[in-house]
Amino acid sequence: MRRALPILVVLAGLLAVIAVAQPNFLAPAALLAFVKRAAPLVILAAGQYFVIVSGEYDLSVGSLVTAEVVVAARLLDGSAEATWPVLALLVVLGLLVGLVNGVVTTLLRVPSFISTLGMLLILSGAIFLWTGGAPRGALPPQFRELGRGSLGPVPWSVLVLVAVAAGAICAMRAGFGHTLIAAGDNDRAAALSGVHVARVRTVAFMVSGLSAAVAAILLGGFAGVSAQVGQGLEFQAITAVVLGGVALGGGRGSVVAAMAGAFTLEALFTLLNLYGVSGALEPAVQGVIIIAAVALGGMSLPRGRAAAAS
Amino acid sequence: MTQQLDLRRLPAVGSFLRRLSADRPARAVYVALALLIVVGWLLFALDGGRFLSQENIVGIQQRSAALGIVAVGQTLVILAGSLDLSVAYLISLTTLVAAETMGGADAGVPVAVAAVLAVSATAGLVNGLIVTRLRVHAFIATLGVALVIRGVLDDRYDGPAGSVPESFQHLGYDRVGPLPVSALLWAAVAASAWFLLSRTRLGCRIYAVGGDAEVARLSGVRGERVVVAAHVLCSLCAGIAGLLLASRLGAGAPTVGTDGGYDLESIAAVVIGGTALAGGRGGVAGTVGGVLLLAVLDSIFNQLEVDSFAKDVVRGVVLVAALAIHARRRTA
Repeated sequence: MRRALPILVVLAGLLAVIAVAQPNFLAPAALLAFVKRAAPLVILAAGQYFVIVSGEYDLSVGSLVTAEVVVAARLLDGSAEATWPVLALLVVLGLLVGLVNGVVTTLLRVPSFISTLGMLLILSGAIFLWTGGAPRGALPPQFRELGRGSLGPVPWSVLVLVAVAAGAICAMRAGFGHTLIAAGDNDRAAALSGVHVARVRTVAFMVSGLSAAVAAILLGGFAGVSAQVGQGLEFQAITAVVLGGVALGGGRGSVVAAMAGAFTLEALFTLLNLYGVSGALEPAVQGVIIIAAVALGGMSLPRGRAAAAS
Repeated sequence: MTQQLDLRRLPAVGSFLRRLSADRPARAVYVALALLIVVGWLLFALDGGRFLSQENIVGIQQRSAALGIVAVGQTLVILAGSLDLSVAYLISLTTLVAAETMGGADAGVPVAVAAVLAVSATAGLVNGLIVTRLRVHAFIATLGVALVIRGVLDDRYDGPAGSVPESFQHLGYDRVGPLPVSALLWAAVAASAWFLLSRTRLGCRIYAVGGDAEVARLSGVRGERVVVAAHVLCSLCAGIAGLLLASRLGAGAPTVGTDGGYDLESIAAVVIGGTALAGGRGGVAGTVGGVLLLAVLDSIFNQLEVDSFAKDVVRGVVLVAALAIHARRRTA
C-alpha cells in the first residue's frame, strides 16, 4: 500500500479538481459512472502489470480486445441463445493468445516486445481478413448487459472490476506474486533459487490475455462493435502501469498502484473533456501530462540503479 | 604528447574489434535474405514473373528506402540502450513542414530542407532530454512526444497540405542508371551511420553506454550526452525520410508516417538485423539486411497478390520466427 501512495495522492488531487469544476461529480451515481467507464482500462492495466512486473511487455492486448469483440459479434449475430458459450469461448481465446505469447517469449526466447508485436500484427490482420474490412454481426442485449447494465444501483462492470482487483491482489500476495516479482527483478537469481521462470512468465502472459478478454466483454457491451474498439489500448495500459510507479524492466511496483494509475489516466481524460480541450489537441496535452507524471513519479520514488548512476 | 595520441587511438581500435565481433549476428540476416531471394525467385518463376528483373529490384529498393533510413536512425538509439516510438508522427510532421515551406516554389527547397532538419533535431533533442534529464523510460518518453506531435497534427491539418515543386520530386522518382536516387540516399545515410559507429569516438561511446551505462560512466563517458546525440541523429533520419516521402507524394500528408507503421516496423527491422533491444550489440549492416528482408517479402506478396490483411499475418509470423531462430543460434 505504501508504494501505491504517490499515485493515490495524484488520483485524489485529480478527482478533487474534477469535483471543483463539476460539483456533483462526487455524488455516488456520477462516481459509479466514472468507475464503470474506467473499468476496462483498469482491468487491462491489472493484466499488463503481471507481465511488466515479470520483466516483459504485452503489446498485443489492444488488438486482442478488438479481435474478441469482432469474434463475439460475428458468432452471436444478434441472437441471445449462445451468449454463455461464446463468453466462455472468449475467455479461452484470451488465455490461448496469452499462452502463445508466453511460450514464444520464454521457450523460443524471442524478446516480448517483438513476440507480442508479431501477435498484434497477426491478430489485426486475421480479424480484417476474416471480416473483409468491416466487422459484421451484432451483440445481443443479453451480452451487452455486462457492459451496460447494473445490479440495483451498481453497474455490473464495477462488480466485475472489484472481483478482478480482489483476484489480482490475492495473486500478488500469494506465492505466485512473490515468484513473479523475483523473476522480474533478476531472472537468473530467481531460477537459481528454484523458480520456474518460464512457467511463471507464461502464466503472467495468460493473465494479461484473460484481462483483455474480460475488458473486451465489458467494452463490447459498453461501446458496441467496431474495428477500432481496442485501438491504442495497449499503450494506454502500459502508460497506466508506469504511471502507477511500476518499473519497466520488472521487479518493482504494486498491482494496486498500477490500477490506480489506470484510474488516474481515465480521470485525466475526463478532466480534459471537462475543460473543453479540443478533441484534436487532446493527445498533445495527454502526452505532456504523461511525461510529467512519470518524471515526477520517478523523482519521489526510490530509483535503484538510476539513482546510483547519478 | 605521444601518450595522448595513443590514448586517442585506443578506443578506435577497440571499436573496430568490437564491431567485427558485434556485427556477427548480421550474417544470419543475410543468409536468411539469400534464402528468401531464392524462394522468391522460385515463386516468381512458378507465377510467370521474373524476380530479378530490373523493375522488381528497383521496386524493392524504392519501397525500402524510407523505412531503411528510419531504421538506420532507430539502430543508433537502440544501440545506445534507448528506443524511439515517435518517428512515425515525426515523419508525418516533417512531410507537412517540407511541403508547406516549399509551397510549390523551387526557391523554397533549401529553406524547407533546413526547416525539416531543424524541426526533427528539436524533436530528437526533446526526446533525449526527457529520457536523460527527467529519467523517464524511453518507451513512455517517446510515446508521450508522439502524442504531442499527433495532437499538433490533428489540430492543424485535416488532410494533405502544401505542395512540392517538380524539381524536388526528382529525389523520389529519378534514377541514376539502374539505381533510384532514394536508394542512393538510403545508402549514404547507412554508410555515414556505419562510419559513425565504427570509426568515431561517438560511435564507440554509443556501444559503451548501450552495453552498460554504469561501466561507461565509470570509464569517463558522459552517457547522457551520448543518448541525447543518438536521439537527435535518429530524429534527423526520420526527417530525411519525411523529405523523401514528401517528394514522392508531392505534398505533405498527416497520416503518411502512421500508415506506414514506421515506428514499430523500424524497430522490427533493427531487431531482425540482430541488434539487441537492450542495446550495446549489433550494427547498421544487420539493419540494412533486415529492411531488405522485409522489402523482399513485400515484393513476393505483391507478385502473388496476397490479400493485404493476410500480409500482416504472414509478416507477424515471419518476424517472430526470425527472432526465434536468432535466439536459438545465440544459445547454441
